Amino acid sequence: MSDLAPRTRTAFPPPLLIGAALAVVGLVLLVFGATTPQLVTPAKAAVALLGLGLLLAGASRLGKVWAGPGFDVVFWFGAAWLLLLGLAILCAPWLPLAEDRDVASTVAEPVFATPTFTGGHPLGTNAFGLDLLARSLYGARSSLLISLSAVALGTVVGGAIGMVAGYFQKSVDRVVGIATNSLLAVPPLILLIALATVLQPHLRNVAFSLALLTIPGMVRLARATTMAYANREFVVAARAMGAGRTRILLRELLPNVLLPVLSLAVVMISVLVVAEASLSFLGLGIQPPEPTWGNMIAEGEGRVFEEHPHIVLVPGAFLFLTVFAFNVVGEKARGRWDSRSVKL
Amino acid sequence: MTTTRDAPALTATDLVVEFPAGRGQKVHAVSGVSLEVAAGETLGILGESGCGKSTVGRSLIQLPPPDAGTVRLGDVTLTGLAPRELRRARARMQIIMQDPVSALNPRRRVKDLVWEGRSIWGPGDDTRDKDARVDAALRDVGLDPATVRDRRPHELSGGQCQRVCIARALMLDPEVLICDEPVSSLDVSVQAQILNLLETTTRRRALSMVFIAHDVSVVKNISDRVMVMYLGKVCEVLPSDGMQHEAVHPYTRLLLASLPEAQLGSAAPAGPPAAEERAAELPSPLNPPSGCRFRTRCPLATERCAAEEPAPREIRPGHRIACHHAEPRRNHP
Amino acid sequence: MTPKREAATTAPAPTDGTRGTAAPPLLDATDVRTAFHTPRGAVRAVDGVSLTLSEGETLGIVGESGSGKSVLGRTLMGLITDGPGTTVSGTVRIGGKDVHALTPAGRRALWGTEVAMVFQDPMTSLNPVKKTGTHLSESLRLHLGLGRADARDRAVDLLRQVGIPEPARRAGQYPHELSGGMRQRVVIAMALACGPRLLIADEPTTALDVTVQKQILDLLRSLAEELRMATILISHDLATVAGRTDRVAVMYAGRLVEYADTAAVFDRPRHPYSSALIASIPRLDLPPHTLLPAIEGRPPNLLHPPAGCRFAPRCDTATDRCTTESPGLTAYAGERDAGGLVACHHPLGAAEEAAV
Repeated sequence: MSDLAPRTRTAFPPPLLIGAALAVVGLVLLVFGATTPQLVTPAKAAVALLGLGLLLAGASRLGKVWAGPGFDVVFWFGAAWLLLLGLAILCAPWLPLAEDRDVASTVAEPVFATPTFTGGHPLGTNAFGLDLLARSLYGARSSLLISLSAVALGTVVGGAIGMVAGYFQKSVDRVVGIATNSLLAVPPLILLIALATVLQPHLRNVAFSLALLTIPGMVRLARATTMAYANREFVVAARAMGAGRTRILLRELLPNVLLPVLSLAVVMISVLVVAEASLSFLGLGIQPPEPTWGNMIAEGEGRVFEEHPHIVLVPGAFLFLTVFAFNVVGEKARGRWDSRSVKL
Repeated sequence: MTTTRDAPALTATDLVVEFPAGRGQKVHAVSGVSLEVAAGETLGILGESGCGKSTVGRSLIQLPPPDAGTVRLGDVTLTGLAPRELRRARARMQIIMQDPVSALNPRRRVKDLVWEGRSIWGPGDDTRDKDARVDAALRDVGLDPATVRDRRPHELSGGQCQRVCIARALMLDPEVLICDEPVSSLDVSVQAQILNLLETTTRRRALSMVFIAHDVSVVKNISDRVMVMYLGKVCEVLPSDGMQHEAVHPYTRLLLASLPEAQLGSAAPAGPPAAEERAAELPSPLNPPSGCRFRTRCPLATERCAAEEPAPREIRPGHRIACHHAEPRRNHP
Repeated sequence: MTPKREAATTAPAPTDGTRGTAAPPLLDATDVRTAFHTPRGAVRAVDGVSLTLSEGETLGIVGESGSGKSVLGRTLMGLITDGPGTTVSGTVRIGGKDVHALTPAGRRALWGTEVAMVFQDPMTSLNPVKKTGTHLSESLRLHLGLGRADARDRAVDLLRQVGIPEPARRAGQYPHELSGGMRQRVVIAMALACGPRLLIADEPTTALDVTVQKQILDLLRSLAEELRMATILISHDLATVAGRTDRVAVMYAGRLVEYADTAAVFDRPRHPYSSALIASIPRLDLPPHTLLPAIEGRPPNLLHPPAGCRFAPRCDTATDRCTTESPGLTAYAGERDAGGLVACHHPLGAAEEAAV
């Protein structure tokens, strides 16, 4: 039982101090690595990664002192990133950002400027002197708007179809099954390319094509969950009391299907952020000069990446961090739901 | 016995339920079961797993409806009723199920669960006194409204959940209560509480009840009449009072002989030999034996049993058996 | 760290003079305590239980869900051991070996050869992708070092011994091809494979049909007699245990409340809980519509068990003393030699004993 006794907190130096020191050193290294032009790229990356690792370790220690041993630093890191990004996106028009799309107004700006805190371009500029921080934030606007609306559309449509198929079964289920299987049988990229050639590449159409990708997964999850609950005895009890189909679907089944479907939706957002970037990279999504992460990465084509790696690394880092954060948060949400269902 | 023969509360005639089992085979879950429950009477259905007793209970409330046969509730024939009228008629009959935790929607609170039937059938009419009526219903089933009203099912014990299920069923003032193994997932001491609750409730409200269970002494305790089922058929129907002496069907005798001594009390069954306890596999309901379905385990079986299905015959008033060979007992204690 | 011991709850190891044998008992458990640590505190599932069992004896452990009977069974077996999240104290000796002082390898050597266990659900005890015979022959080859052919023959013998018809054919079948009763027979055969001296059966018939239950219980009894094997039968159902055990231990909220010869407990239970539990079983000789004397209320939360006697809040005869002072197991009043023990300040029938 001794290992369960509360840990004594008289260790020296106190964990609070170690945590804070680690975090500060890490942050300094991260900024130094990312912004020092004198270093070669691999050295920058190594210093930045070391800084990130130290930052996380420090934050983890701080968090554990603060919130107890259950503190999950990666989750909070992800949540903080999403919050920060969300705020920045919403406030972008009022932030003191440099020009992001009008090439005519940046004739005087340096081209391919490397990231640095001095000068007006903290994340550097591209071939036309456009500011990468501004482009990344405005790019995030379209990337996230597209994937969020696509996921919302896919969740509502796919979830509804799945619930209906799972509840009525028989011929309804068979038709839905054939439709989802045929949708799954078409390689997603080919489907998107085919759609892109037919539809105009603006925001609504890209969102619509991507929504099509999420529907089969949503249908399957909603259908399986509905079927699992439809055989539960509380549904029989509701029917015995005279409840109709609509009431059973909405009042008995929907609350139980909603949580697993929503946690899949969060994970799906990250998949669609990547998918949208791939589309734009191929030139099939939103067209430049309107920025998205995908077409920003595409600017690094040819020899540009070798000479000016930050052109790709900056939007790449935004993409990576966002996708990672959505996955971490989604996993946590699902884990929470699972443990609840075990208790029931 | 409170049987009033003129107006049965619930009648079922020649129920047949079959489930597809793949490869063109069918599970013969229920094959021609008829029953009648008088107003205020409790009919016990006794049998082991796979005998079709739960399927009979479900087909009585038409969930799912039987493949053949008719069910009459009072003066309404449920089989073949239009969906809307069926839903309204079905509410006059309520079901209590084996697993009380799974019978309650995990995301709802007790007060909403109990009020569920009312919110389906009387939207808006008396929501103002909802709290008062829910509290009264909870008190009726022996729960303290103040402590359970706002809880969710997983915060209650199995016995408490079963009480909530009973309160929910009674809220609709049903005429018939169908209980499908309502106590078999509960502890012995809780089982007695729930049995007592059902007993006093049915008596006070003059409810008819169909009580389905596998435990002979539980069924005997709560029922007026007992119907014994084996592989989708009725073996024997007899009054529960003195059934340990009067039962003659070899399968009923086997069930009685399988009871642990402590449950027999002073009523050690004597009389016709119980079926031989062979460690044989039970026959499959996919392909039930010809003639009498119990013949593969029966000590009295002859060639006639394989060739000819025994028709139910009345050996004394209110006591019917489906067996070629069993005879009524003449001298019992 | 040793849990705080209250003198009153530390029951003396029941040494029954009547069946006093010179040889040490096969199973000797003293003051066994098992606690699980949860975020909300320690759950003392078993709280100071002492038991002994001699060669060939049968013991029933009876209690409702949450009484700690299954945890006790697993602790006796050594399946639950002291470790992170769990505290086990007290000693359990099987055949003279202290189960909880052994290394994991030492315990594994004990399982199968000295002590074996049969669980409630035969389907989950069997691997669905392994044939019936393979389940048996694998452990025979592992524990007894038999060759492939010998192990197969012995497996078929074992299946015959547990009353499975056509054992050679059954050995080639998968678990899902067998009925519930047949599966439980296979599980029993697995437990018997290496000739254990003690068999612990945890609710072996709860998942089975009534007629099959009797067959399995009869089988367990005849095997125990034939092989001179001691048996512990754990059940929630008093009636199951009644005719089939020499002694019975009634558990309530992690403690023994009565521990005596089975016949004595059923004829004249001394503890109010045992008595109420027996009375609440529906019996065939009662006329229909008899209201059963039910025990009102529910068992205590083991995170915060009540002080004193744990049954006191539900007990008709409880006094102030019961809610403050925890009763220890003491011999039946007036029958010191009969070996019956009860943990109650006001055992039933004590007044009459005193008057006589």
